[in-house]
Amino acid sequence: MNPLRTRIDRRSESYRSNHAANLAECERLAGELAKSREGGGERYVQRHLKRGKLLPRERVERLLDPGSHFLEICPLAGRDVDLVKPGAGVVGGLGVVSGVECMITASESTVQGGAINEWGVKKSQRLSDIALENGLPGISCIESAGADLPNQATIFLPGGRIFRDITRRSRAGLPSICLVFGSSTAGGAYLPGMSDYAVFVKERARVFLAGPPLVKMATGEVVDDESLGGAEMHSRTSGVSDFLAQDELDAIRLGRELMAAVRWQKSGPTPTGPGDAPLHDPEELLGLVSPDPRQPYDVREVIARVVDGSRFLEFKPLYGPTLVCGFADLHGYRVGVLANNGVLFSESSNKGAQFIQLCNQRHIPLVFLQNITGFMVGQRYEEGGIIRNGAKLINAVSNSTVPALTVMIGASFGAGNYAMMGRAYAPRFVFTWPSHRIAVMGGEQLAGTLDIVRREAARKKGVEVDEAQLGFVKQMLTDQIDRESDPYYATARIWDDGLIDPRDTRTVLGIALSAAHTTPVEGTNAWGVFRH
Amino acid sequence: MAPTIEKLLIANRGEIAVRIAETAARLGLRTVAVHSDADTGAFHTQCCDEAVRIGPAPAIESYLSVEALLAAAARTGADAVHPGYGFLAENAGFAQAVIDAGLTWVGPGPEAIAVMGSKSRSRSLAVELGVPVLEGSIEPTLAEARRIGFPVLVKAVSGGGGRGMRIVRTEQDFEAACVSAAREAAASFGDGSLMLERYVDRPRHVEIQVFGDTHGNTVHLYERECSIQRRHQKVIEEHPSMALDEDLRAEMGAAAVKLAAGIRYVGAGTVEFLVDAEGRFSFLEMNTRIQVEHPVTELITGVDLVEWQLRIAAGEPLPEVPPRSGAAIEARLYAEDPDRDYAPQTGRLLTWWPWKARSGRVDGGVGTGSEIGVHYDPMLAKVLGHGPTRDAARRNLIRVLEDLVVLGVGTNRDHLLRVLRHPAYAAGELHTHFLEEHAADLGPPEPGERERWALLAAALRELEALQTVRPGVPPGWRNNPWRDPSLHLGGQELRWRRLAGAWRVQVGDDVHEVAAVEDKGPILMLSVDGLTRRLVVAETPEAWHVHACGGAVVVSRDDPWPEPEGADAGGACVAPMPGSVLQVAVGPGDEVAEGQVLAVLEAMKTEHRLLAPRDGVVASVRVEVGEQVDAGAVLVELAEEE
Repeated sequence: MNPLRTRIDRRSESYRSNHAANLAECERLAGELAKSREGGGERYVQRHLKRGKLLPRERVERLLDPGSHFLEICPLAGRDVDLVKPGAGVVGGLGVVSGVECMITASESTVQGGAINEWGVKKSQRLSDIALENGLPGISCIESAGADLPNQATIFLPGGRIFRDITRRSRAGLPSICLVFGSSTAGGAYLPGMSDYAVFVKERARVFLAGPPLVKMATGEVVDDESLGGAEMHSRTSGVSDFLAQDELDAIRLGRELMAAVRWQKSGPTPTGPGDAPLHDPEELLGLVSPDPRQPYDVREVIARVVDGSRFLEFKPLYGPTLVCGFADLHGYRVGVLANNGVLFSESSNKGAQFIQLCNQRHIPLVFLQNITGFMVGQRYEEGGIIRNGAKLINAVSNSTVPALTVMIGASFGAGNYAMMGRAYAPRFVFTWPSHRIAVMGGEQLAGTLDIVRREAARKKGVEVDEAQLGFVKQMLTDQIDRESDPYYATARIWDDGLIDPRDTRTVLGIALSAAHTTPVEGTNAWGVFRH
Repeated sequence: MAPTIEKLLIANRGEIAVRIAETAARLGLRTVAVHSDADTGAFHTQCCDEAVRIGPAPAIESYLSVEALLAAAARTGADAVHPGYGFLAENAGFAQAVIDAGLTWVGPGPEAIAVMGSKSRSRSLAVELGVPVLEGSIEPTLAEARRIGFPVLVKAVSGGGGRGMRIVRTEQDFEAACVSAAREAAASFGDGSLMLERYVDRPRHVEIQVFGDTHGNTVHLYERECSIQRRHQKVIEEHPSMALDEDLRAEMGAAAVKLAAGIRYVGAGTVEFLVDAEGRFSFLEMNTRIQVEHPVTELITGVDLVEWQLRIAAGEPLPEVPPRSGAAIEARLYAEDPDRDYAPQTGRLLTWWPWKARSGRVDGGVGTGSEIGVHYDPMLAKVLGHGPTRDAARRNLIRVLEDLVVLGVGTNRDHLLRVLRHPAYAAGELHTHFLEEHAADLGPPEPGERERWALLAAALRELEALQTVRPGVPPGWRNNPWRDPSLHLGGQELRWRRLAGAWRVQVGDDVHEVAAVEDKGPILMLSVDGLTRRLVVAETPEAWHVHACGGAVVVSRDDPWPEPEGADAGGACVAPMPGSVLQVAVGPGDEVAEGQVLAVLEAMKTEHRLLAPRDGVVASVRVEVGEQVDAGAVLVELAEEE
């Protein structure tokens, strides 16, 4: 495999302006992420600290091995959605505990006492899915006031899945360790209740189906918190707790010891090499990609800044050139890369489907670099069977069983999203660059299309077109679609697993790929009917 | 009829055995080392052609066993025995046994040893020959003590080195001091008899190196001043003595020669004098052997004193005595902690690098990997500085000491450096109570530059070794960084961040940019905020041992996830260091008061009294007298409090 060459001119005007614009996007992302770390705000953070408790993020930090990464998943979930704080009251991500790559979660106890909301439920489900799909043991730091009761309608039924999934992961052989730092009552009691291992912090953990007021209401029994659901009671009498921790740090220590004790071993293939850095500087990603998704660039320049040694063996380079396919190594793992270099034609779709089949045959994970405005349209292309050929690519993407990682690096419009392993096709992870735009089509196109449809309808009815009104509607729609295409809108709704700084792409993919190799990597030869 | 020597058995261990072996090899002799079980593979055994096991660890069964030593000589065909210093070096019986076995004894005749080995006989001899002596008595009674006048010195008739020696300032203390001194003397020299002597305040200790040959010649090789002592153990020795002018030097040299000649002394010996503030000197004792501090004389004369010993033993006449030139200072490097009452330090030497110094010398008896145990003298090496003037020698010694890399076992180096830098020392204002008098100035300074560099070196090593899921994933990487990751070292929690080619390390409020300019094996060229220094680093599972800024620092590797403190042991009396149980003062059921002696532990030849931590009743005694215990062993346990 030979390294890709670069044609980037770092002194060019376009490089400089791109770099400045993308850097501003990265800074904006850093600012938004900073807000996600504020918890419930200074007042609640201080109150939490005054009680001698560790902050949720501190619990996570102290669980991690020295040197471990922490790839936080969906850190901006719930951002600007109703009154939800960015992060949706749950911290979760991939990290290494006692040498075990695992899923770590923590209730954001300074936000409404850690009460879970609609987006917190969705995020928890996503975190659970990641653990299940990638075969990751889980460790959770619980301190939650339970359901956000005024909003129970959005939580009650879907929330049940959280408990179901803990035991399903257990059935799948994935240990779950639950560290209870505070309240975990009513439904929350099933968090430790369903986990494989439960560690309760002395004089802090409160776990019961109904608290003293409700008990008094129901049966007239008068009982205090500690007797009803304290750590001592659960460790000595009820057996809900397996380990009584002296304090928070002791609970973290026990959590680490348990993670070491489960003797976890990754069952996926090991990498073939250490993974040398790309020849070309990832910093240049900011200069080569325009923040305007309509400006084209050669996606090989991106590949050259992500894969080991910038080496790339391109498959069918002369055929269907708008979809670049090829083999590369990423942190020592062999991967098949599919990256857009323009709209999808029949040839590029066929090539992509073939390449996905080849990777499945050899059990090679897939990396999608998605920057797609859609399939080619027009009479000539319809006649050429663009639907039939696009369906082949979607068939391959749908039925592929090797791990797939998708990075949204530009645009994601129309069926191109599906063909390039969009969220609905269940790639193991989806990460997004901050300059990304996503929608069924661009705002202008969508509004323009509707404008044409309305004019056509008016013409058929013989009605005069109200230009002012049409213009107003068109502008409204353009604005709405643009707002909804914004990556922050998308990430807030868990359409991806998080926005990432483009310069971190290689690191994020390395961590995700390593996590994906926790389970065996197995391709398939079973596909739906290909329309040839 | 001069006996020739072909194979020399060195009846000793440590640095002196190494020292003798070097000269012997240079003179073309074969050498035989002896060792106890504790010294199997020890450095001195590696410096000889052969090594013979002579018994178990206790010296009495090995290095003090005449029988074992003679058997070793017979087995290896050695034809001469050099006793070194200490052990049997001044044992007339051993000298006689060696001679009776038909071997050459490298030392004075048994009669000279016997005379000088007895303080009373040597004193009588001095008086007889007109050499000035201190008022004293061979009857250790209170009446005699009163006659001499307090303060009075009680000391062992046999032996030296401060063992079995007590200064008694008041009559009340006399009885107890005699009991304790007699016990120590009996344990150390097998002879508990004591004598008394007038005690001189603020005296200087000045000794004369003498030599006699079998042809009736006796000479001296000038003086050494050894006034810097702790517990009567010499710590720093030097030439010239600032207390001597040429007249006094000549006068004392003549007195020493007179004494040696008076017993037709053969070989190397040292005549020790006290010199008071007025320049009056009085004979203390004569050491009939090579002296620990002999390299001081070697540096200022160019003579190899061990070579002279061997030549004289072989019957050769004494060579010409060269003139003295320049100054030399020797510091004894001990495995002990002067800041904690000279507590012995034990363990494995992780790194021992005595750099070759142009203007100094290191006589060591250890090497990297040596085990420093409790059985023998804790001296690791003698470090010397040499120069045209006393101050040049002093500065050179400071440099050699600072550069000596000794990691893994604590030493008195910092204390030595503080002494050498003390203005009173630099001015030559010495006396034997120097260390006590200036104790306030000689304590440990606050942690500073050295500790910070050591901490950062440890941090760098920890950080460079961090593992990530893939080598290309930066350590501590976060997509949503809340705070920098921690590192728990030296009792502190550091925060760090990976930078391009460097690390940002935060210690308290200080932020440093730290990088390894070069990191090869133990040597670490560490750059901290743009300043680069050469450090030496050794690693154990528990700690980083770092040589930085002229000294060694131990940086503990703390467990970030320590187990919570268990129930307090409370009433246990625990051995503070490895040693053997000398005495158990209580039995089960005894009521004891806080501070009462429960047991006495002997470690590194020093007695440690272990006291009751509180009032209570003895629940159990876990050890017996004579038992060897490890540090942390519970000796006596008190019953739980009501």
